[in-house]
Amino acid sequence: MVKKRLIPCLDVAGGRVVKGVRFQGLRDVGDPVELATRYSALGADEIVFLDVTATIEERRPPLELVERAAASLEVPFTVGGGVAGLEDARDLLRAGADKVAVNRAALEHPSLLTELAEEFGSQAVVCAIDAKDGEVFTHGARRARGVNAVAWAVEAARRGAGEILLTSIDADGTREGYDLVLTHAVAEAVTVPVIASGGAGNAGHLAEAFEAGADAALIASIVHERPELLPALKAELKERGWPIRR
Amino acid sequence: MKIAVADYGAGNLRSVCAGFERAGAEPLVTTDPAVVREAPLAVVAGVGHGASALRGLEERGLAEALRDRAAAGRPLLGICVGLQLLFGESEEGGSGLGLLAGPVRLLHARRVPHMGWNALSVTGGELLAGLDGADVYFAHSYAAVPDEPVTVATVDHDGPVVAAVERGPLAGVQFHPERSDRPGARMLRNAVQWSRSA
Repeated sequence: MVKKRLIPCLDVAGGRVVKGVRFQGLRDVGDPVELATRYSALGADEIVFLDVTATIEERRPPLELVERAAASLEVPFTVGGGVAGLEDARDLLRAGADKVAVNRAALEHPSLLTELAEEFGSQAVVCAIDAKDGEVFTHGARRARGVNAVAWAVEAARRGAGEILLTSIDADGTREGYDLVLTHAVAEAVTVPVIASGGAGNAGHLAEAFEAGADAALIASIVHERPELLPALKAELKERGWPIRR
Repeated sequence: MKIAVADYGAGNLRSVCAGFERAGAEPLVTTDPAVVREAPLAVVAGVGHGASALRGLEERGLAEALRDRAAAGRPLLGICVGLQLLFGESEEGGSGLGLLAGPVRLLHARRVPHMGWNALSVTGGELLAGLDGADVYFAHSYAAVPDEPVTVATVDHDGPVVAAVERGPLAGVQFHPERSDRPGARMLRNAVQWSRSA
């Protein structure tokens, strides 16, 4: 049986890891590759790098960072943020990323998901969805798109996304738990794996997300402050009976 | 030891190379059929789409080089899509190199792609020595269904899925050793050892 994954998410801006509350008030928490390597050594099952400023500033994806991460990391990693199209995605995968996460570009041009899946296989294509009250938002959670999050997840998977990274904007950074209603709705509606994101505060929250149907859980602020919490979280989840990598 | 990593224009070859470097080998990414034909070990790796991967190999003359080295009994290792390319017709479209008998089929499971860490059930072979029960990383929607007894490891994803095959100097693993932490590193060291004796 495939294990439930714990995935530290490193929000990157200007080459540094940052973390905000409800997408606001970003503060510096360290070097991306140093942190990712440390998390990998502590048992992170996967790493996500999201360039949270890329869409706003129209910047290119962080290829230098990806190359450094690819040389050091012995667990898979996903890169997203500012992936504008096929060329960006190809550059990221060739630089060593295992998967690319596309958000706004896929929403505006859903055929991008199909193009990526046909060239790289759907296992390399993650559709990132930021949602609030069931609606999809883009531009760092500033712009409502008038699209239902569950319906978009279904369409994204149908078009070629091999995984859904589902972030609740309201829960993000609060440490008060994942949006279980949203997570459950999406996990039931699609057959691709779903990563719950936004709101992790303790092992109980992760267990709730798995109970709701998530295949993996993104964690950020709780482990950025105390990375040694990662093995403790895994041990507690294992004790609760979830299939967890040692 | 020198390893020729066949460059067919897609896939994630840097990471595979980094993995082999950590295993003490000297990987070289190449489009040169002569190098792929003659190297002590050749590797076909990557996360590419099966059909476009074979097309990329054919266009560069690498498919012929790989068939030649297999016919000559020189070791060849396929990783992920590379394992699938050792086989025949694929439901993903097109055909593989046909070096091992059997099709490549879409997975039938509640969650596809099969994505994440899963425990190996090892039944034989040299590549996975010491790795029975170890968790390794999978990311695939298709899997080989061998028509000959070459399976040396399976994994459970709503039923058994082929995780590794071996037949003399031909071998393949469905998971990503370069991203499978310590068990992956062990497998890559085993592969270097295996290729010397195969």
